This record gives sequence, C-alpha cells and structure tokens, in this order.
Amino acid sequence: MEILTILIPVSLGLGAAGLLAFIWALKDRQFEDPKGDGQRILSDRWDDHPPQN
Amino acid sequence: MADLSAAQGYQPRLGACPACDAVPLAQRLAERAEALRPAQLILSLPAAHCAICITDVERALTDHLGVRSARVNLTLRRVTVDAPGLTAEDLVPVLARIGYEAHELDPEALAATTADRAGRDLLMRIGVSGFAMMNIMILSVAVWSGAEAATRDLFHWISGAIALPTVAFAGQPFFASAWRSLKARRLGMDVPISLALILASAISVFETAHSGHHAYFDAAVMLSFFLLIGRYLDHRTRAIARSAAAELTALEVPRATRLLDGAEEVVAVAALHPGDLIRVRPGGRIPADGEIIEGTSEIDRALLTGETLPVTAAPGFLLSAGEVNLTGPLTLRVTAAGPDSSLARLTALVEAAENARGRYTSLAERAARGYSPAVHLLAFSSFVGWFWMSGDLRLAVNIAAAVLIITCPCALGLAVPAVATSASGRLFRRGLLIKDGTALERLAEVDTVVFDKTGTLTMGQPRLLDPSVIPPGHGPVARALADASSHPLSRALAEALADIPPAQLEDVVEHPGKGVSARWHGRSVQLGRAEWLDAPEVADGDTLSSWLRIAGKAPLRLDFADRQRPGAAECIARLQADGRRVILLSGDRPAPVAALARQLGITEWHAGVSPAEKADHVARLSEQGERVLMVGDGLNDTAALARAHASISPASALDAARVASDMVLTGQDLGPVAEALQIARQATRRIRENFAISFGYNVVAVPIALVGLATPLIAALAMSISSITVTLNALRLSGKVR
Repeated sequence: MEILTILIPVSLGLGAAGLLAFIWALKDRQFEDPKGDGQRILSDRWDDHPPQN
Repeated sequence: MADLSAAQGYQPRLGACPACDAVPLAQRLAERAEALRPAQLILSLPAAHCAICITDVERALTDHLGVRSARVNLTLRRVTVDAPGLTAEDLVPVLARIGYEAHELDPEALAATTADRAGRDLLMRIGVSGFAMMNIMILSVAVWSGAEAATRDLFHWISGAIALPTVAFAGQPFFASAWRSLKARRLGMDVPISLALILASAISVFETAHSGHHAYFDAAVMLSFFLLIGRYLDHRTRAIARSAAAELTALEVPRATRLLDGAEEVVAVAALHPGDLIRVRPGGRIPADGEIIEGTSEIDRALLTGETLPVTAAPGFLLSAGEVNLTGPLTLRVTAAGPDSSLARLTALVEAAENARGRYTSLAERAARGYSPAVHLLAFSSFVGWFWMSGDLRLAVNIAAAVLIITCPCALGLAVPAVATSASGRLFRRGLLIKDGTALERLAEVDTVVFDKTGTLTMGQPRLLDPSVIPPGHGPVARALADASSHPLSRALAEALADIPPAQLEDVVEHPGKGVSARWHGRSVQLGRAEWLDAPEVADGDTLSSWLRIAGKAPLRLDFADRQRPGAAECIARLQADGRRVILLSGDRPAPVAALARQLGITEWHAGVSPAEKADHVARLSEQGERVLMVGDGLNDTAALARAHASISPASALDAARVASDMVLTGQDLGPVAEALQIARQATRRIRENFAISFGYNVVAVPIALVGLATPLIAALAMSISSITVTLNALRLSGKVR
C-alpha cells in the first residue's frame, strides 16, 4: 500500500492541473462566445497568415 | 427617449413609467460619456448565424477605412468594433451593403452582459466543485469497494480536506440565498440545500474522526456541483433575456436638437425643459410633447393611435412624444417633458393594469412552497424517531443527514432551468426573446390571442398596390420625386420602383403637407395630395392614395395599402387550427380593419378602440376566465399588454410597448408567435414531467434513507441518475415540435 503515497498526490496533482487550466481559460474569456468559436474553425480566412493582433 | 427605462432596471415591468426612469439614466449617460472608451462601438447583428457571417462581417468592417479591428460574438449576435473617430452611422451602411441588418447598441447597457461577472463566477464554482467531485469519487470508489480501517480513514481524511474548502467556496450562492430567505422569514429551496450541505459535511467530519464507516463528503460536493449547474443555466437564461432587453433599448438614440439663441445643440431628451425650443427634422421622432411654432409637416401617429393615415400639422398644432415627423422640418416649444409628458400619462393606466393582473406564481415556486417544509419535517421526524427508538444520537443524526441528502432537490434544481434554457434557446433561434422568467409558463396557458392591427398584423408601412399604373416612361420621374421625400407613401413608391434608375430633376422642392414638385426637361412635375394637384378627390376612404402629375397630362392616381406582416396569415391560421380564439382590436377606422380581418379570416374584430378600451376589453376577457395573449406594438396597446396574461410585441414597437411586454419578436415574421405557444406548452409539460421524475426517485430513495439503509453509494447513485434523466428529458425539447 506504500504506492498510495505516490499515487494519491499524483492523482490530486493531475486534477489540480486540470482545474488550473480551466480557471486560466475562464479568466482568458474563452467562454465568452462558445457558438462563434465553434463556427470560426470553418473559416479559412486566417489559414495562411494568422491575424496580427 | 423612454426606451431608457428598460436599461434602467431589468426587473420585468419595472419600466411601467418609462419617462420617470429617463431622468436618472440621462445623468448616468452624461457621467459615462467621458469614462467610456470612445473607440469601442458595439453593433447588434440579429441576422448573424454562421461561419460565413462572421467572416463577411469582420472582413467588411476591417476593410473599412479607420477600423482597427472587429470581432463578432456569435453567441450574443453582436460585433465589437475598434474604430477611433468613427460612429455607428458610418458602419451600419457598410454592413447593410453586404446584407446584414445592424443596430447601434448602448455600451453602458451592455456592460453588464459583456463582462458577465456573475456568470463567470458561477462557472468557476462549477469547475472547482467538479474537480473536487472527481477526486473524491476516485477515493470513494475505493471505500465503497471495501477499503478498511486505516486506509478508509486516510481516504476519508483526504476527501474531507478536498470537500470542506470546496463546499465552503462552491456553496456560497446557496448559503447567501438561504440566509436572505431566512431573514425574510421564508423557507426557500435553498434552506434545505444549505442545511444538507452543512449537516453532511459536519457529520462526515465527526464520523471520520471516530473512524466511522460512512462519510458523505462525495454527496455534499456532488450536490453542490449539480445544483450549481442548475443555477448557472438559470442565470444564463436570465442574462440572455437581460441582454435582449438591453439591445432593444439601444435601437433608438434618445437625443433631441435644442435651439438656444439661434444655435442648435444636441442634448439628451431628459435634459429638455418645458419652454425649450427644439427642432425636429423630417423622418425624426418627436422627443417631447410640444406645440408647433414654425413649419408645416405631416405627422405619423400610428404608434400612438394605430391610424395609418398621416395627419397634417401646422403652427399651433400639439404633438406628443413618440410621433414621427414626416415631411417638413418643425420647430416646437416643449410643453411637457420627462414625468409630465404624454408617455407618463399612460403610466397610470399601465400600472393599474399590472396591479390587476397580479403576481404569477411559477411552477418552481409552487413546487418549492410544498417541498421545503416537507423535507424539513421528514428529516426532523426521522431524527426524532430514530433517537426515540434507539437512543443513539449519532445514528439519528446520520439518518437525518441521509434523508436530507437523498431528498435534496438536485433534480428539482435542474428541472426548471434545464427546460427553460432549451425552450428559450429554441425560441431565440426562431426570433423571439423572452424578457420575463415566468412568461413561458404563462404563455402555455393562453387560450385567446388579441392582436393589434397597425404595426402588428400589418407592417405599418404602405405598399404600392399596382406598379403597372405608372406608364414606363414616367417611372424614372416618379422614382426621383419619391426619393426626395420621407413621407411613407413616397418611400413606398421609391421602394416599388427600386429597379428603375431615377431621372435627373431640377428645382426639387418638398412642400410640407402637400407633396414634392420639380422640373424635368423643362416640364413641371408633381407628386402629392389630390387637392394640391387639383385632382378629382376620391372619397372612398378605404385606400391611401397619392397623385403624380406631369405638366400637360392628367394626374395619375397611385393607390397604396398597408402591407401584411409576413407570416401573419399562417400564424392566425395555425392559432385557429389549435383551437384558440383570435380577436383583432384596432384604433384605426372600421373599413381597413374589416378588410384585414376578412383577409386573415378573423371573425371577431373591433375598430376605433381607444387605449383604455383595449385594456378594458382584455380585462373583461380575463374576468370571463380567458387567458389572454396580447400582441401589440403601439403606445395605445401598452396598457392592454400589461393587463394581459402574457404579451408579445415586435421589435419595431415603441419602447414603452416593448417594456410592457414579456416577449419581443426580433424578426419581421409573425410566424414564431404561433410556434411559441406550442413550444411553451411543450416546455411546461416537460417541467411537470421533470417534477414527476424527481418525485419518483424520492419515493424510491426516501424509504431507504428512513430505515437507515442509505449508504453514500446509494445517495450518489440516486442523485446523479435523477439529475441526468431530468436534463436529458429537458433536452428532448430542442428537437422537433410535435
């Protein structure tokens, strides 16, 4: 059962990493326009040259 | 103008007195003028719906000189433009050219929705409790599958270390709301939720400290996770409704041109005082009640009275705010502004109507009213019963906590918001915005639909009946003359002749109240009223007509009629097919009302109805036990809209009417009204089904908890399965109607 001392911190750490990623995405306003983001990948406007700003 | 009222308070129906709200708002307008970044413009794009729309709009805007960047938000259907020095008036035509309708939005009114802080706050709590739930579940699975002694205690301790801060953080919305309702001496839905969260956490800590078998940390976290999702959906539906209301406020810009010592200055409408001189250009809306002191023109009062025919106005004539000046520039002396204006006169009527309607109790409120006491009673009696039978305090508290957790309204908390979200999303796609939370339920009960005529069943815009009466050679002249005026008949003529290139005219003069005259190849040409052109007057009163005279020829009569709103006929047919009573109430003259009723197959109609009579009529119907849906757009409909059981107004309606109604049609088509009734009925049925489902789970699970057999595993299963079934049931609504 000593393996638990490694596995539990690892699982908690992975979960925490996911949570941090979610919080970052939230603060970065990536949930402002879910519908538009889904449609935007269909546009080829920026395929060759990414937008400058 | 009065559309400020909707921005003022989003509480439905608060804006009963639009003009009263305008004053403080105007002060805010002035304050924020400096604070706002002038470069940011926000336009609403009601027609945007796909990837191509995004690309088109962004490309057209960024290609426009002076635009630094443009970004479309498809979820909210609006575009934010960074264009220093440009105004919305520069950009709206750019979008119109590529076929997108756009309206300027009031950035202040939108501040609440763009930085939707409450929404992100809830999302954050959902994320945190979701994370905690996953990790605790991993540990709980180990405990359920037989971890023992020290291992179990260790797992419980770790779960507790994750769960306690999570519950403290994620549960705040519930604790806050429970505290508020307790202070108000009520038992809301949040009281048993908070009690369950606190009791479950406390008992679990106690059990863990005493190496007990069962800890409910997973249940506590799961509870907050599911309930937060319900809360978030609820919040989103409200936020969308709110932003819809905010968009509508921005359709008209509340400014007036004031004359001060001969100089013109643009001021907020709320800054006007009686005695001020204001100038109103042709095509402009009258900003305040006043008396004409200079100029003649024609006035469109359709929104106030429902009349289609413009009225001639000359000095001495009294105008009311909300009327539209058509042909000549006018100078008015303001007689009443703000709370004294004619808008405010309607207030008493609207308020009285609202009081008469009373407050509607939603299904969720009715459910909560019965539910909360029952849950508390059940938990308390199980505690007393077990303590009395076994004398074991620890066991009794454990069972009471289990009862609270099992009965906790995960599914109930999701039952209504999940349905409301999918129903309002569906209606939104059809072009119907819901402003009021209970509107959907009230709409489902409707059995009588009352329509207004002008502006609702018709577009309120005349159309040339037969373009072929104009000889081909005269088309260009007629078009050019029509272009010179903003009179509705001229605009209709210009529209009918849109394919014909206008002729070159000289000396174009608009004679207010009469028509337009010009010279064409040295001949005098005129377009205007019969008496002005010495044409034989035709007194049939049924049609609107205008005359075209080219020197040396007999005047040519052009007949116009108000056009039906698209989808009106289908909508009425469908409502009648569904067995609903359809009534037409109009302030217009009997002849056109009868004609329209005949065309649409409406047998019950009344013409020449005053605003108060409309409200009375609706009230009488309600007294007879009918549930009335009022569909109207004018100031004369406002009181009736407020009095009716549910109400819808088109986006072209006057702001006061939009404020008074529960739902707003964003498109021109009237078709969604009939569909909305059906969706509403379906949604209400789903809500009831959802209540039945969650009640069913409780019937199965509560006895298990009462006899003390509920383990954390059973609690987790009951909670998640019922929540998922309820959500899936709600989602069925997004599919097909019927």
